Amino acid sequence: MIKIKNLKKSFGELEVLKDMNVEVKPQEVVCVIGPSGSGKSTFLRCINRLEEPTGGSIYIEGNDITDPKNNINKMRQKLGMVFQQFNLFPHMTVLENITAAPIRLKGKSVEDAKDFAMQLLEKVGLTDKAAVYPDNLSGGQKQRAAIARALAMEPSIMLFDEPTSALDPEMVGDVLAVMKDLAKEGMTMVIVTHEMGFAREVADRVIFMDGGYIVEEGSPQDIFDNPQHERTQAFLSKVL
Amino acid sequence: MYWTVVITVISLIIALIIGLVLGICSITRNKLLRAIATIYVDIIRGTPILVQILFIYFGLPSVTGITMSALTAGIIAISINAGAYLVEIFRAGINSIDKGQMEAGRTLGFSYAETMRIIILPQAVRRMIPAFVNQFIVSIKDTSLLSVIGIAELTFAGQSIYAMNFRAFQILFAVGVLYFIIIYILTMFSRWLERRLDVS
Repeated sequence: MIKIKNLKKSFGELEVLKDMNVEVKPQEVVCVIGPSGSGKSTFLRCINRLEEPTGGSIYIEGNDITDPKNNINKMRQKLGMVFQQFNLFPHMTVLENITAAPIRLKGKSVEDAKDFAMQLLEKVGLTDKAAVYPDNLSGGQKQRAAIARALAMEPSIMLFDEPTSALDPEMVGDVLAVMKDLAKEGMTMVIVTHEMGFAREVADRVIFMDGGYIVEEGSPQDIFDNPQHERTQAFLSKVL
Repeated sequence: MYWTVVITVISLIIALIIGLVLGICSITRNKLLRAIATIYVDIIRGTPILVQILFIYFGLPSVTGITMSALTAGIIAISINAGAYLVEIFRAGINSIDKGQMEAGRTLGFSYAETMRIIILPQAVRRMIPAFVNQFIVSIKDTSLLSVIGIAELTFAGQSIYAMNFRAFQILFAVGVLYFIIIYILTMFSRWLERRLDVS
């Protein structure tokens, strides 16, 4: 589904990603953990080319997204993304946020787009907020609306960039519950997160990154209960 | 008064187009486009509008041989002058929008241009309204300078009248009142617009 080969990314002199090789299978849920500054967000943002990789290739369903010949806008439609800061469009209602892209990019009729948006809002528990502007939502509601917006394009892969890090603690559970449901439905997901409990419960595979490398990867049991590398052990002893 | 309004309206429409196009140029990664925008803004902001008016009406034809009516020259002068300030207003307005908005738009699959049009500009323009209105008011008043090239706008008309009847106080007072009325109407309209666009 996703195949990343020799991915490198530098910001000027600073080498943030050093030769990353990752493969994500269909319906797999991969959680990326690691200390801040380890490059995990940059790694995620390279997958849909929000950051331009310095080297390497990233194949999404067999097509290299780093190849300029491939239409980046078309390819991004397959990759839903959820941001730490939500990034909802404040000048549109929740419903408009969700329907804007399917109507304009997929040529859906307004009616179909609205129907589907309402189904998604039901899924994330926000049917009563369809006509509301994002400024009037709580953080957790914003993030769930943002997830619905990403799902409206019917992506085959969802990328989550620390989706609960900007939330008050009591809001985190609702967002994680929505993500859990998605995982159960078989969505392919790559999640950068600090929620270790969530990673342990939902992930099929956990990747521990530090210093721009994958230090260790494996099943949640391997990583959390029996970490091999001392950097993984040091990190987990601080966060668990 | 008629010409003052006509010149202002036409000039501001042209200036808005200049401001939008070069404003976007000034934030692109393309160095050439950025340089064009910067040089244009620097030249226009660095010279007095009266010199620009005289230069376009008297200076350019003397070199290029292309003559134009005072009205055309006046509209060009006001347009390129206001345009330069609007470039800066657009640039600042667009830059004031969180870059997460562009990222969210691009991630959904919108192109740069679509994201600009559907997501960034609608938000940016709302924030720019007070600055727009400010520039519009300055431009309305700048049209009074077009009297130097003989355009029959409000100030010129006033001058012609008191040149005949010598009632400079009354006539100039009336001219001032007319400018005030035009600008006051614009100010009211902008306040109404700001309230209306302040949704949510």
